[in-house]
Amino acid sequence: MDWLNLVILPAIRVIIMIFVLLTGAAYLTWYERKLISRFQIRYGPNRAGIYGLLQPAADGIKAIFKEEIIPNHVDKVIYLMGPALALIPAIVIWAVIPIAKETPAIADVNIGFLWILAIAGVESYGLILAGWSSNNNYSLLGALRSSAQMISYELPMGVFLASVLMLAGSFSLVELVQNPRPWWEWIWLWAMFPFFFICILAETNRAPFDLPETENELVAGYQTEYGGMKFSLFMIAEYINMITTSTIMATIFFGGWKLPFGILQNVVILGPFVLLAKVLVLLFLFVWVRASIGRPRYDQLMSFTWKFLLPLSLVYMFITALLTIQFK
Amino acid sequence: MALPMLFFVLIGAISVAAAVGVVGSRQPVHSALFLLTNFVTLAVLYITLEAQFLAAIQVIIYAGGIVILILFVIMLLGSEEIDGDITNQSWTGYAGLLLGLFMLSAMAFNFLNAFGEMDANAAALQGGAPKPVGLALFTKYILPVELVGVLLLVALIGALLMGRFPSKRVS
Repeated sequence: MDWLNLVILPAIRVIIMIFVLLTGAAYLTWYERKLISRFQIRYGPNRAGIYGLLQPAADGIKAIFKEEIIPNHVDKVIYLMGPALALIPAIVIWAVIPIAKETPAIADVNIGFLWILAIAGVESYGLILAGWSSNNNYSLLGALRSSAQMISYELPMGVFLASVLMLAGSFSLVELVQNPRPWWEWIWLWAMFPFFFICILAETNRAPFDLPETENELVAGYQTEYGGMKFSLFMIAEYINMITTSTIMATIFFGGWKLPFGILQNVVILGPFVLLAKVLVLLFLFVWVRASIGRPRYDQLMSFTWKFLLPLSLVYMFITALLTIQFK
Repeated sequence: MALPMLFFVLIGAISVAAAVGVVGSRQPVHSALFLLTNFVTLAVLYITLEAQFLAAIQVIIYAGGIVILILFVIMLLGSEEIDGDITNQSWTGYAGLLLGLFMLSAMAFNFLNAFGEMDANAAALQGGAPKPVGLALFTKYILPVELVGVLLLVALIGALLMGRFPSKRVS
């Protein structure tokens, strides 16, 4: 068995990936707090380090040194599994995303798209189980809300992804970025982007769709009974999810690691930086939306996806199929 | 033992243990989680058979959809632990055993008979390619696919009717 190529090199890549993602999530909190405070005309974190750059480290240390409390009335095994199940899918989804020319993060499998759909499907377990095992009405309500929301918004998201898939003609994300697209395809994809972004906001439980954790009605939703590092794991999972979904959107809609018009396409080392720039812009969008739009009511949220987004996505898929037959 | 075989035995053992857990646990949510483990290990087994497409579909539909709905229903209906036997009639156990044996023999019969036919569908399972699977489903097996579709539709309409006109006895 070829240990070096099959085990050691992938393991090193995985470790680097996890390190980058965890650091990224920590600094995303700083990015978000800074941006939000700018939107609200105040300074934001500026005490720990220059521009508050050490704030994430300070928060992390604080969380680690907090007392780990496990309430008596919880289902212990599942209570402890909850945060882990929230974090793991957020990280493993990265395996198939291409980060540079012909280089996926971990593996180029021929089911890249399905991998994303599959992992997105199991993402809600962490929240559901956390809410149920906490044995607390607020937590249970938060968990029910989040599961209903994630299942509902997964449908239009899946149909939109299927449309992208039809145009691409391959399940591999590496090939999707590599192959050139005609101009009409780009425009057709961008027309869908706002709606896809709405689905993503709901999937990641971000504002304005953070109904599972509305503080004024459900305390903190599914995470009410969690404290210290276990609570931080939920936060980290949420922020890694933001990074991950931004990367997926950058890959599908904005050419991933490529610069427009094929500039400098053969400089492999440039790939990750181009991708990072695109991801930062998309993350700005996440924060912008959070700073500007208020929460809808829960029934509005549900009727929006079932009565508007889902039919729209089906029509979109139908037209995409026609386009694919006609022009491909 | 070769490494793939060892892997198969390990995953198979987890899968069987999870299946026992599904029927063995007293807490419905734990049962659902064991069911989830079982589905995921099956997906891993599909990957070892190089049927990646099937594995992905297995996770998307069973782990991502069905078990979440099961959990949802358990949470909405309450999830008290079961104390003691739910049924006190002794014949239910024997009937279960009989039906289980019947099911097992039917499965064994099909399993032994189907080996010849497996080769014909080898293309459908190979390399995890979605195209041969799709072609097989929509040409050779179109009738079963349509029948299953009709069955699901009937279940959907039935659920809708039951939800719409709740029987008066229940309330």
